[in-house]
Amino acid sequence: MLTVSMTVNGRKVSREIEGRTLLVEFLREHLGLTGTHVGCDTSQCGACVVHVDGASAKACTLLAAQAEGAEVTTIEGLAGNGELHPVQAAFKEHHGLQCGFCTPGMVMSAADLLKRNPDPSETAVREWLEGNLCRCTGYHNIVKAIRAAARALAG
Amino acid sequence: MFDFAYHRPTSLEEAERLLSGASDGALVAGGMTLIPALKQRLASPSDVIDLAGVAGLSGISQAGGAIAVGALTPHALVASDAVVMARIPALAALAAKIGDPQVRNRGTLGGSIANNDPAADYPAAVLGLGATVTTNRREIAADDFFTGMFETALEDGEIVTAVSFPVPEKAGYAKFPNPVSRYAVVGVLVSRGPAGTRVAVTGAGPCVFRSTELEQALAGSFTAAAVDTVTVAAEGLNSDIHAGAEYRAHLVGVMAKRAVTACG
Repeated sequence: MLTVSMTVNGRKVSREIEGRTLLVEFLREHLGLTGTHVGCDTSQCGACVVHVDGASAKACTLLAAQAEGAEVTTIEGLAGNGELHPVQAAFKEHHGLQCGFCTPGMVMSAADLLKRNPDPSETAVREWLEGNLCRCTGYHNIVKAIRAAARALAG
Repeated sequence: MFDFAYHRPTSLEEAERLLSGASDGALVAGGMTLIPALKQRLASPSDVIDLAGVAGLSGISQAGGAIAVGALTPHALVASDAVVMARIPALAALAAKIGDPQVRNRGTLGGSIANNDPAADYPAAVLGLGATVTTNRREIAADDFFTGMFETALEDGEIVTAVSFPVPEKAGYAKFPNPVSRYAVVGVLVSRGPAGTRVAVTGAGPCVFRSTELEQALAGSFTAAAVDTVTVAAEGLNSDIHAGAEYRAHLVGVMAKRAVTACG
């Protein structure tokens, strides 16, 4: 067992865990933050994407211990002051989800993209989503939502 | 995944000590290969030694006619670094096509080459640009580093700290990616510069290799037409569910031409 400490959605947390505890297990089972999903558990699907020190990462392919001291943001921490983040609002507006399982990862991945590229082309969005799978195959509206979010963020 | 003791050393000396003291120690950098292997129980080390706490292993610097990339530099940083993009754009482009964005945010150069996956991209860059691998003990020329499938010249307790890439006059990389994993079914890096004319092929064989036939053809004329004069032999290349050896041999030629064209 080891003690791991990090900041999750602005809150400092510290827990005793096994070395093998994955970040996604830490978030879901130790902190009760079940918005981060486990889809494939093999680094493919991206349902578990969170931000670690500002960069998107697959929480199923990261030991919680590797996030020691990090700032972690999950889907629960994206909205501020009771208002949806522009990416969340755009997914709602443009029906960027069907079953919703992939949505937390899609939204977190998209938010990282828009920080790096505030005005991505459709191709750039589709390339960026390489690591996020939607089994409803609702990509068209997801792409539309992300480009709309880019416009909303640009004001 | 079996449990293990997790360590986060703050110096290379401490990391080396932990590694030599463990009954079966494994180093982790980004963990993009190790963690999936742990989950599948393909690896079950007694101790996992995380290099993330060791200062000075990440970053990109210029020295003379070379660019040094720290072992823990993530792919995303290499892909977007202004110096790499200006001086070795082929290296930035190669890094930009590894896996997916989340893999590129975590995966590292040192981890990739120490693992030496036969279908990884970075071994082609290190070998194709004639780079030098620096470890905690010595410098290793790229030609001596990759010794076989998942095998390198690294000794027990030896840790990659940086890779120095000589700036080429020209370099290009092209790969035919597996559509799911983005690993190279075949990837070819061609370059001309201080390390001579070099052609490194990944994905095609059990280990990255230089194609002497293609190098000779390109040394005479660094053009896509020169590639056409060479017939790449299928002997010794991989056959698996993704592609047969003959198809891979064909792809080596096609990717070599695209790589030469990408040099501009």
